[in-house]
Amino acid sequence: MTRDYEPVLLANLGVPDSHRLDVYRSRGGYQAIEKALRQHTPEEVVELVVQSKLRGRGGAGFPCGMKWKFLPKDRTVTYLCVNADESEPGTFNNRILMENDPHQVLEGIMIAAYATRAQTAYIYIRYEYVRAHRILQQAIQEAYDAGLLGRNILGTEFSLDIYLHRGAGAYICGEETGLIESLEGKRGWPRTKPPYPAVEGVFRKPTVVNNVETLCCVKHILDRGVDWFLSIGVPADPNNPRDLGSYGPKLYCVSGHVNRPGCYELPLGVPCRELIEDYAGGVRNGKGVKAVIPGGLSMGFLRADELDTPLDFSSLQKVGCLGLGTAAVVVFDEDTSIVDILHRSCRFFAHESCGQCTPCREGTAWMYRILNRIRNGEAEPSDLEILLEIADSIGIIPGTTICGLADGAAWPVKTAVRKFREEFEEYIRTRKGVTVG
Amino acid sequence: MIRITIDGKTTNVREGTTIWEAAQQAGVEIPVLCHDPRLRPVGVCRVCVVELGDGRIAPACVRTCEPDMAVRTATERIEQHRAMLLRLLLAEHPLPCDAGRIGSCELERLGQRYGLVDQDGRVADPVLRRLRGLFLTARPKDLTSPVISVDHSACILCDRCIRACDEVQCNDVIGRSGKGHGTQIAFDLDVPMGNSSCVACGECAQACPTGALMDKTLTQIDGSIHRLEVIPSVCPYCGVGCTVDYLKDADRIVAARGRRGPGSDGRLCVKGRYGWDYTLHPHRLRVPLIRKEAYYPKRPLTTASSGGGKPSRHPLANPVPDYERALEAFREATWDEALDLIAERLAEIKKRHGSSALAGFGSAKCSNEEAYLFQKFIRAVLGTNNVDHCTRLCHASSVAALLECIGSGAVTNVYRDVERSDLILVTGSNTIENHPVAATFFKQAARRGKKLLVVDPRRPRLADYATWYCQILPGSDVAFYNALMHVIIRDELYDREFVRRRTEAFEALEATVQHYPPERAAGLCGIAPELIEEIARAIGRARAMLIFWGMGISQHTHGTDNARCLISLCLLTGNVGRPGTGLHPLRGQNNVQGASDAGLIPMVYPDYQPVGNEEVRRKFETAWGVSLDPKPGLTVVEIMNAAHEGAIKGMLMMGENPFLSDPNVNKVREALANLDFLAVQDIFLTETAEFADVVLPSASFFEKTGTYTNTDRRVQLGRPVLPPPGQARPDWEILTELFNRMGYSCSYSGPEEIFLEFAALTRSYRGLTYEALGTDGKVWPVPEPDSPEQPVLFADRFPTGSGRGRFVPCHYAPPAELPDAEFPLVLNTGRVLVHWHTGTMTRRSEPLDALCPEPYVEINPADALALDIETGMQVQVSSRRGSIVLKAIVTDRVPQRSVFIPFHFREAAANLLTIDALDPYGKIPEYKFCAVRVEPLGTRDE
Repeated sequence: MTRDYEPVLLANLGVPDSHRLDVYRSRGGYQAIEKALRQHTPEEVVELVVQSKLRGRGGAGFPCGMKWKFLPKDRTVTYLCVNADESEPGTFNNRILMENDPHQVLEGIMIAAYATRAQTAYIYIRYEYVRAHRILQQAIQEAYDAGLLGRNILGTEFSLDIYLHRGAGAYICGEETGLIESLEGKRGWPRTKPPYPAVEGVFRKPTVVNNVETLCCVKHILDRGVDWFLSIGVPADPNNPRDLGSYGPKLYCVSGHVNRPGCYELPLGVPCRELIEDYAGGVRNGKGVKAVIPGGLSMGFLRADELDTPLDFSSLQKVGCLGLGTAAVVVFDEDTSIVDILHRSCRFFAHESCGQCTPCREGTAWMYRILNRIRNGEAEPSDLEILLEIADSIGIIPGTTICGLADGAAWPVKTAVRKFREEFEEYIRTRKGVTVG
Repeated sequence: MIRITIDGKTTNVREGTTIWEAAQQAGVEIPVLCHDPRLRPVGVCRVCVVELGDGRIAPACVRTCEPDMAVRTATERIEQHRAMLLRLLLAEHPLPCDAGRIGSCELERLGQRYGLVDQDGRVADPVLRRLRGLFLTARPKDLTSPVISVDHSACILCDRCIRACDEVQCNDVIGRSGKGHGTQIAFDLDVPMGNSSCVACGECAQACPTGALMDKTLTQIDGSIHRLEVIPSVCPYCGVGCTVDYLKDADRIVAARGRRGPGSDGRLCVKGRYGWDYTLHPHRLRVPLIRKEAYYPKRPLTTASSGGGKPSRHPLANPVPDYERALEAFREATWDEALDLIAERLAEIKKRHGSSALAGFGSAKCSNEEAYLFQKFIRAVLGTNNVDHCTRLCHASSVAALLECIGSGAVTNVYRDVERSDLILVTGSNTIENHPVAATFFKQAARRGKKLLVVDPRRPRLADYATWYCQILPGSDVAFYNALMHVIIRDELYDREFVRRRTEAFEALEATVQHYPPERAAGLCGIAPELIEEIARAIGRARAMLIFWGMGISQHTHGTDNARCLISLCLLTGNVGRPGTGLHPLRGQNNVQGASDAGLIPMVYPDYQPVGNEEVRRKFETAWGVSLDPKPGLTVVEIMNAAHEGAIKGMLMMGENPFLSDPNVNKVREALANLDFLAVQDIFLTETAEFADVVLPSASFFEKTGTYTNTDRRVQLGRPVLPPPGQARPDWEILTELFNRMGYSCSYSGPEEIFLEFAALTRSYRGLTYEALGTDGKVWPVPEPDSPEQPVLFADRFPTGSGRGRFVPCHYAPPAELPDAEFPLVLNTGRVLVHWHTGTMTRRSEPLDALCPEPYVEINPADALALDIETGMQVQVSSRRGSIVLKAIVTDRVPQRSVFIPFHFREAAANLLTIDALDPYGKIPEYKFCAVRVEPLGTRDE
């Protein structure tokens, strides 16, 4: 089924000068915004997105239309924030979109701004994306020059200014309220919710925060229609009222020990094994798989026997992962030490914790220290219990932190230790007294 | 109302109530670490999480109640989470930390509750032991602040200190450095606390739940803090009158804590929190003293009071290095001997030269009871109205103007009414240093978007928070305010209805201010016409404007005119008699309002009843059983002049130190030396007492009961914390002894009996008793016991003859002594945050003196450059009246052609330089303007 899938989001990839406005236009670009402006009221655009059941591509999978509908009716100012802080380890789809098809991103932003009545959009782009920043800035200038941004776009009442804002290199600024604080010039500390950004966001005004890929999907929903979108992916389970379905295309980033790492556009729900073997060319050197991170580091691990799990919004929880996340698939071959992987994971999250909430600040640090202890051959098997106890008690899901960073730190620990328990115990036993550099 | 259930208990709460608050109401305790009801909830510690009906978990301190919420506060899951959280926090916590050692560490207390730590502070949990065993890394302590110890190891990053510093005191010193587990609280850009811009208010230490930030004095006590006696009282320093709990260990105060009350809301400044140790200083007077024969004729006893003090650093908290030499001039006496001598000498002068040869200075540091008794003694026993106190030196002109224009000298609105204003004008007031706690409310109001206009020739720190700061030329206030009123009338932005209904003489004002178009005023006051226009429009359009002013307005030869302008501005714009409006001359001393209320003023009896009024006088003659002098007495500076000329021959001084506080000290010295007889009651041998014949040891503020009336008209009860040292006695007791010895028999069972006698003779205090005051005090007027409190006065009429407010227009006039070629700079004097007036108290407080140990003069960089002066150099500052030597600080806080000197320092007394020219109405000296010359001593290279 996925064999016949024709890329949509990446359709312009590989086209010469795909980043240029004229090339984008020659390939049908900026027709979706034209259609939205001339044929639909903002409310109708919102309604289309609601009907498409588009779910956010940034990680949490929150329904995009519902997010827009949360905006208060009586608002006078609305801000649109584009989350291009793409920092989840293993994830690079936003970068590909921004570098190769910036106008697609801008068109998505324009449609979303029209729908939400925002007249100002901020693109919060991660500091390290130097090239994407340059290309996007050029594209914004081109769009202004062509009358696609600024006042009275395409001769309509619709006006929009887009500001490109560079982050300063913190993972936490990818969390939507951390992003907002950072955008306001403050420390990137996630805010207590409620109030949600839809009610009090940038400068305490109603705000929508959407991921780059989500907005690109919006453009295609306008272009091709709701039915097209709903025809792709995995329908909601009729027996589970809480399942919102996994519709539309998705950019899967594959990295790690595979023959053809890269970004693959496929319908949501592609089984992990198919992605690795059919698209990414299988594991390097004919090795077997030890573990796979299915959706960015914070989602936890799949074991080799769990690779048939479909990569959609609801299947991964069934095998103990946090969710689909950013759909960044990292593959580890059978020679890799799960202890080493988890050590890196814990180091990352301890470093990136903003330090605001106690459970996360202390919990991530202590998990990292315990991993260090294991690697240094100083641990007792009972330390694994302490590790799990900490991991089980920190995060939004247990309800103890303001944002989800701690969940992201805990899930790799929980899944690694529970799924590879013997390897940890073996490691502790054999490493006792051996120091690793 | 919202109905919610907490652990099965149903309770109704107002919308917006948090779960934690609702639980408090329902009597369910939810543990917290980062939450403090005084602070904005942030929900970072996560100890307070509770389980909601649907199984979700939410932090109780930030989550607001929703209808029919069912909250469970201690499910197994929650308790497990809390235990884990506490383990993580305790894993690196010193056991015990400094606070834990005295039983005040909230983390350790919770650890005990969850069985992680036993009662002796030993680890009782295997997981915690495992964590601690391997990774205990101490972070270094920071002991650089003189008053607060910082222990980063004990810090749990609850951010209470940050919120206390940034949001309560608005000082923005504390923040966080680093991120994740490397996070630490940091001062400024992560410098040691003692080197930071910290003003040592201690709000952070009071807020800290652990030993991370602690009063150094508390780190030194033995045993538990809970065994200490807690005495609710008030602060002895400024007119804000903060409510304080003193913690007492045996015969020592070991800490002061802000107590939440209707005024200060639990906030304190550095003086209130750390400046109480003067009361234990070895210099305290313990026995009555009589001057030895060998020390006549009188002359100064110490280097500083001789006027030729050499500028030298003195040992900590000892402003009088040659104190022993001063004591040498006196011999110890018995109370009887000393009191008899005073009675005998005063009677003798009265007999020989008449009552008008006698005078008394009371003090705004003494209680209402003592002020009342003192003026009664001077009037009823000595027979003269020559009784005054330092109100003459601070707000006499303001009061003169207020009485003239609106018929009442007290504030119309309390300072916390800023919360209901939308424009706040602060002028001639360095509020952040002189009324620090009131200033916190101004800063908060500005932060919350209210407009703040600051007018002052010397840039006060409050200007940093202001919407507009106007650095007017010294002494040009009248021109500036007349210009504002010019624009307001010209553009018809005034409140016509208010002016018509509530005021009189509007035409006179109109006629006067028409001569002050902004273009002309700009030339006089130095503010651009456009800015004058902008501000005038903002004032004209403000819904509620509240004006605060201080000595910068009053201490001028045209101080009364300055105040008249402010009053006119309020009347013109209808900003009196409503919430958030009004006139508030910020009172300086803790009891300057009360001492004035009690009649320590030469022209009025208690409650401002004029001595010249026959009916009033008869009332007091009946009450006191003697005939009284109908002639108003002399004021402070007039009394000193009279002493200088020999017309005043005998004086009684209760807690006043005119030697340093009065203008033109050299003249004061001669006047004091010229007195035939001087008796001083005080807690230390002050510069003034060096000229005394008899010195009586008084009990300090901390050693007696009495009421004090703050700037808000709030009467509050001060309670004794310590016993007086040696034979020292409260001033009221000393006075009753003098009454009896001079043939006026009286006896009081205690201060309350005096209070009731005083209150009965007034309207404002009549309904008050000590019991009614409680711990929060009461704002007068309270004519009947059940009178409602009136934080806002004059809603319908003014207490004037016509019931209307009166415009008294004034023209700009230059100050008395203008700079010239010989004395080219303008001297401005004032105070600094850590010191109090003549330094008698604060310079004997170890932490306060450590924070600001020496005198200095502020000079503008341009003038400094021209004079070849740089910061730290010794310079000589001279006026026509005297000369002092002190350190220079080059700063653009002072405008060009102007210098500023704080007057606290006896070794370089600013008042040797000041001029004793008086305002004709308020008789207040012009402390804020005289001509001086500055000369560097030595060169830069030295």
